[in-house]
Amino acid sequence: MYSVRLFCTRNAALFEKTYNVLENVFIALHPLLNKLGYNRLEKPVATIEALSKSFLFDCKMCGQCVLSSTGMSCPMNCPKNVRNGPCGGVRDGGFCEVNSQMRCVWVEAWNGASKMKSGLERISVVQPPVNRELAGSSSWLRVVREKAELKLSLKQQVAQGDVDLAKTEMANAFPDARKNHPSVAPLANEPQAALAEQAVVEQTSVHTSVDRSLDASVNTTLHTSAPSLQKGGSK
Amino acid sequence: MIKVQTPEPFDPLLQVPLVPPSGHYSASKLERVLRAGYFAVTAELNPPDSSDPRDVLKAAKPLIEVADGINATDASGANCHISSMGICSLLSRAGQGVVFQISCRDRNRIAIQGDVLGAAAMGVSAVLCLTGDGVGVGDQPGAKAVFDFDSISLLRALKTMRDDGVFLSGRKLSTPPNLFLGAAENPCVEPLEWRADRLAKKVEAGADFIQTNYIFDVKRFERFMDKVRAKGLHKKVFILAGVGPLASAKAARWMRTNVPGVHIPDSVVERMENAENPSKEGKEICIELVKKMRQIEGVAGVHIMAYRREHMVNEIIEESGVLADRV
Ligand code: SF4
Repeated sequence: MYSVRLFCTRNAALFEKTYNVLENVFIALHPLLNKLGYNRLEKPVATIEALSKSFLFDCKMCGQCVLSSTGMSCPMNCPKNVRNGPCGGVRDGGFCEVNSQMRCVWVEAWNGASKMKSGLERISVVQPPVNRELAGSSSWLRVVREKAELKLSLKQQVAQGDVDLAKTEMANAFPDARKNHPSVAPLANEPQAALAEQAVVEQTSVHTSVDRSLDASVNTTLHTSAPSLQKGGSK
Repeated sequence: MIKVQTPEPFDPLLQVPLVPPSGHYSASKLERVLRAGYFAVTAELNPPDSSDPRDVLKAAKPLIEVADGINATDASGANCHISSMGICSLLSRAGQGVVFQISCRDRNRIAIQGDVLGAAAMGVSAVLCLTGDGVGVGDQPGAKAVFDFDSISLLRALKTMRDDGVFLSGRKLSTPPNLFLGAAENPCVEPLEWRADRLAKKVEAGADFIQTNYIFDVKRFERFMDKVRAKGLHKKVFILAGVGPLASAKAARWMRTNVPGVHIPDSVVERMENAENPSKEGKEICIELVKKMRQIEGVAGVHIMAYRREHMVNEIIEESGVLADRV
């Protein structure tokens, strides 16, 4: 709801604290969640997440929540889906270029961020483009998986052949964003239930060749040795 | 059996990728001029609605003499015209320095990364990353808006292609594009308080130069530049201030209500209103602005947007005297 959404950015500091507590609880629960199975948990948790966050933030369930980096203003409400806003078209008084009846999502975001403890620091971090494959999935569970797997270094994961090249590159290109929100450039394996159906089909057909060529050339550091697919893989 | 030899495809005007001079990202004239410490001039080309290449050359003609880079807009204002890719290809073949504008409104990440390689292969060495105006203000408001990237994630993607030699998917490029990376900033619209911070984010994402939206409110711009200098950003990025001649008071009013991101203070509109010869007054104001920009510390050049008044660009630059130090 629009009015609740505005309330949330005005009280961004409160939500920041609540979120920090919740996140830690969730992360502590990782062993339990893992045992229950993320695939099984995906649908029910996503439902609860969607209900609560759509009430509070008009959340659109992008699956890659960055609220604590956007002053608690959901960027998916911006008609241009800008993840690093605002655009250059903001109207006098801070209204949206596209929808003149709505406050610019990003004017709200910067105001919200200025009230938070680490809001301004976080909103200054360059965010990657959204991975549309993850739309509709639970961002909460993704954060837990990522934070748990962060214990494994990126290098180790690649060496195990667990991570595909596209994910690795996204993490490389937007390192600071991943530090604050590992779910914006996730590396951990996604449970089937978390991927949009159409995307799952594409995933199996496209990514297998990538994985194979990655396996073949697992070697040193990530940045410089992104393996080439020129031979074989891309055909 | 006689084997017929297929001739190699040959194009006498082929742009072999130019090697950037040392200390430069690209071989573009704009980058060379800026790094040499000259006050730079770029100008926006009015894209024809035509498939005749001569129309593009004609549109470029009034800008060639003074511009270190000619900006080819990418359906700005969401209005359809000949593409920025087409214009840049034609002008590069003709030996002109161009700035290839890319908006995130009409193409997704797959199309844009491919287009950047295509443009670089055609000789383009400077790009301007824009989020783009909403489709609603254009001539085909029913179109689907894409907005897969935003200007800042696009900047970082192109920086990754240039510096790491890979697509955002991690796939290797056999020859990465040598690009001078640009972005826009609008110092005169809300949130005024945070505009300099957003500029910092663009620099962080990879911007080498900035072309601002129209500046008619010098006070607002100076306040913005104070913040820019306090953050030391003017030492990290070349800032070109956007200016342009107004045609009349009516046009000014129309622009500020209908064109997204245009802020024109009442005092300027009044001055246009009271002028005997509004067209001349518009030019006068523009010349004053160029001179003013030259004096502001941290401003590295001007970007002239003289929509349908391209014929004035030459005189504006000459009369402002900003190119006097060029040989
Ligand atoms: S004005 Fe604000 S909400 Fe509207 S499109 Fe621009 S950034 Fe998004």
